[in-house]
Amino acid sequence: MGSNELRVIVVGGGLAGLAATVRIAEAGLPVDLFSLVPVKRSHSVCAQGGINACNEVARQQGYSEYEHFDETIYGGDFLQHQPPVYEMAHMAPKIIDLLDRMGVPFNRTAEGMRDLRLFGGSLYKRTHFAGATTGQQLMYALDEQTRRYRSEGKVTAYEFWEFLWPVIDVDGKCRGIVAQDLRTMQIRSFRADAVVIATGGCGLVFGQSTNSVMCTGGAASRCYQAGVKYANAEFIQVHPTAIPGADKLRLMSESARGEGGRVWVPAVKKDGKWAPHPDSGRDPRKLDEATERWYFLEEKYPAYGNIVPRDIATREIFSVCMAGFGVGGGNMVYLDLTHRSREFLETRLGGIIEIYRKFVGEDPAELPMKIFPGVHYSMGGLWTQYAPKGDLKGMVKGDPRNMMTNVEGLYAFGEVNYQYHGANRLGANALLSCIFDGLFCGEGVAGYVREMGADPASQASASMYDEVVRREESRIKSLLSSKGGENPYQIAKELGAEMTAASTVVKSGARLEKALAKLEELRGRHERMSLADTGSWANQNLNWARVVGDMLALADPILRGGLMREESRGSHYREDFTERNDERFLKTSVAEFDATTGRSRITHEDVEIGLVKPRVRNYGKVGSKSKTKKNEPATASA
Amino acid sequence: MSSKNDAKGKAANTRTVRFNIKRCDGPGQPSRWERFDVPVQSSSAGSGSANVISCLQWIAANPVTIEGRKTTPVSFDCGCLEEVCGACTMVINGQVRQSCSCLMDSCAPNDGDEVTLEPMSKFPVNRDLFVDRSRLFNDLERIRGWVPIDGTYDLGAGPRETPEQQQQRYKLSECMSCGCCLEACPQYTLEPDEKEWDHAFVGAAVISQTRYFNMHATGKELAKQRLDVMSGPGGVSDCGNAQNCVKVCPKEIPLTESIGSVGRQTTIHKIREFFMGR
Ligand SMILES: Cc1cc2nc3c(=O)[nH]c(=O)nc-3n(C[C@H](O)[C@H](O)[C@H](O)COP(=O)(O)OP(=O)(O)OC[C@H]3O[C@@H](n4cnc5c(N)ncnc54)[C@H](O)[C@@H]3O)c2cc1C
Ligand code: SF4
Ligand code: SF4
Ligand code: FES
Repeated sequence: MGSNELRVIVVGGGLAGLAATVRIAEAGLPVDLFSLVPVKRSHSVCAQGGINACNEVARQQGYSEYEHFDETIYGGDFLQHQPPVYEMAHMAPKIIDLLDRMGVPFNRTAEGMRDLRLFGGSLYKRTHFAGATTGQQLMYALDEQTRRYRSEGKVTAYEFWEFLWPVIDVDGKCRGIVAQDLRTMQIRSFRADAVVIATGGCGLVFGQSTNSVMCTGGAASRCYQAGVKYANAEFIQVHPTAIPGADKLRLMSESARGEGGRVWVPAVKKDGKWAPHPDSGRDPRKLDEATERWYFLEEKYPAYGNIVPRDIATREIFSVCMAGFGVGGGNMVYLDLTHRSREFLETRLGGIIEIYRKFVGEDPAELPMKIFPGVHYSMGGLWTQYAPKGDLKGMVKGDPRNMMTNVEGLYAFGEVNYQYHGANRLGANALLSCIFDGLFCGEGVAGYVREMGADPASQASASMYDEVVRREESRIKSLLSSKGGENPYQIAKELGAEMTAASTVVKSGARLEKALAKLEELRGRHERMSLADTGSWANQNLNWARVVGDMLALADPILRGGLMREESRGSHYREDFTERNDERFLKTSVAEFDATTGRSRITHEDVEIGLVKPRVRNYGKVGSKSKTKKNEPATASA
Repeated sequence: MSSKNDAKGKAANTRTVRFNIKRCDGPGQPSRWERFDVPVQSSSAGSGSANVISCLQWIAANPVTIEGRKTTPVSFDCGCLEEVCGACTMVINGQVRQSCSCLMDSCAPNDGDEVTLEPMSKFPVNRDLFVDRSRLFNDLERIRGWVPIDGTYDLGAGPRETPEQQQQRYKLSECMSCGCCLEACPQYTLEPDEKEWDHAFVGAAVISQTRYFNMHATGKELAKQRLDVMSGPGGVSDCGNAQNCVKVCPKEIPLTESIGSVGRQTTIHKIREFFMGR
């Protein structure tokens, strides 16, 4: 490393981190890339359904980048800043082209064009896909491009390394990180002129979720505890269709509904109204289509039917189960693809059909799948800024502020930031926002670092780095020597159960208060753990124990943000405040960490809504007072 | 979110599965066996089947052997828990496979059934069941496993392709670098010394990836360099055609076809090189 050389650190090798790495390396800056796992195994590989972008077919049917933008805002219940979304929707088609050039095997039409499918929250086919493993395919393409830079020595990967803490100088600038080798357990500092955090979501805070086991939110929590603001924490997406499991809730992608999957419960008509079926556990194939199956989404939302957005589908499924309609009386509804041919299912949904077969042991071509909602995605995340264009139509290209947190030089890309998705993310928009962050905002990072030229991190004083290393070492020493008897796995399990019960589909002030009290108790117990492994080689027990503390810290703004938000919007539904309240809460919740209490302080901040005015959001539900949707179905049938 | 799987005492619908686990504290350390009794809920109780990972998680929380001796939690590698990241490969009852998709309902359906877990033997052990597969990633670099694009600026769409070509490439692209095919291969042997990696056999996964990149209209640009590696030491000619690899690939990647195709490409490549007088 030349002594004045400028460097960038990227923490996270999912889609956001890899896209950033490739863009920054291309701009000529050396990148140090950190990941808990070999980057090829990052959580992004789990994404199934696809990635959204306007395309020529949809365009000729009346769709446009503007429509994509508008849908995303409407889907997000108007809570997102509009200029970044505008930019993202307009860059989307170019991103697909680029991925195509990288060799992603997108499904093709007979003529060799990229095929498209329908996804939730849109009446147009604008979702590009590669079988039902789109995330894996996009990941591999970006992993391959990163490998190319690695082979040229422009990217250095630190895999099986855990980010522990950002190094922030006296002027409040981020100058590097402290990380730990998960094998040797060595802790050391790394200098950098800018740091990009791209560490993904926090599903594990809820115990079971559709996320990978690395998705603890630990890295985000550490940044938050180090002074980075955390925004809209209370907005957690619960996906309507997951398979309950002992260790994880395996997702059944929204593409199953996009490709014609129908959601129903066994039911009988009584006095013209649906009532729970007396024998709802019976072989579903024997239930009469017209008189014993209630297709409740199709009935309630004739325009969108089964492809209403996730928050709506989740609440409808949850409420029919609460009303006793669940299959066999349990918490499950049917997701039915049996009307589709086996060949159709194999070529378009192969990956997820396989998952269902493997993990449930039944064939979705023969029997309807049994599903229930599961925690899936965090719309909230590290607070970031952006540089809007004068007319608000997009962000200023190359501006160093794009996706920089309140700590100068510290950026947040991908699921870990809070932009783009507002109060509810539309399916197939996450992969897009991750890659968009990397490519578009990565340029701003390069610009920022070049500005730093006069004051490179390589020249900063060593003591600043040593101090953070020492603090982390002593934190570990105290974890290893603590003899309080508490078990970190038990604490995490109780946290997950409490968060799921209090802060997912239906919330209330009283329940959230109770959960905050429980959190206080768990924080106390976390101080009194005993570790089963006190060794100094590949000690996974230690890393888990530490990150449980970070999950507890992050749970606080999730609960407290929800408590303060006395309204219902998108994924956040309060049974004690069932309406959206724009006057009080068309605002971002911003949490700051209070180190003395371990709690968060929440304030509210205005949202930039200069392009589309908030309107009622009901997806044309039957019986609701106002009609809001402008576009009638053009291509709604798959 | 519906399931409650507190596997505390032995409730009516709970059975006990005995795990025999081969353990090792770190590289160069001797290995030993430890046994654990794990309570497993039957999936009819509404929580879905337990699998090897959920049992290892239970052991991590309750690290006590059947002799009642406290021990350290077992180290293992996992990620997605749905057989798409490739992290969790290990040898289960003598068979190499993913542990996340190894369901207790099928591999240990009865009370008292035993399950044996060992780390893969073809890779250096980091600790317990957690191994180091860096060599596999190194080999992907050796064959230049990427499409050499002109950069990330907007230059229009990629090459068109027929649905048949796409389906063929897609199948190959599903390889998740899990290592099953390498563990099963008699020609692929443990090589802890990094300096030897550039001569050692690459194995079926990397041969198949060579075919994958050589199939793409832009990826082809590097075909010559890839075939140089494939015709050199550790290349495709080291394969003895035992076909163990294809039988264990969880993604059902047509490895035998890939080996055949790369073998033919290599032959043509060598003849061409010969006449070009290299
Ligand atoms: C089952 C499933 C299906 C989905 N399907 C779709 C879909 O079809 N379409 C869509 O648009 N979206 C989908 N999503 C959402 C989407 O997959 C994610 O939002 C997205 O992949 C997140 O990418 P990321 O790059 O932000 O983070 P991730 O892919 O989660 O990567 C995080 C990276 O950070 C690293 N990391 C984390 N913590 C640390 C630390 N402390 N130190 C060092 N490194 C660290 C990890 O190792 C990893 O490399 C799906 C999500 C799930 C769970
Ligand atoms: S066919 Fe070749 S690569 Fe496959 S197991 Fe046999 S020797 Fe190994
Ligand atoms: S070819 Fe199959 S077995 Fe081999 S690494 Fe790839 S997915 Fe695993
Ligand atoms: S954990 Fe990803 S394949 Fe098993």
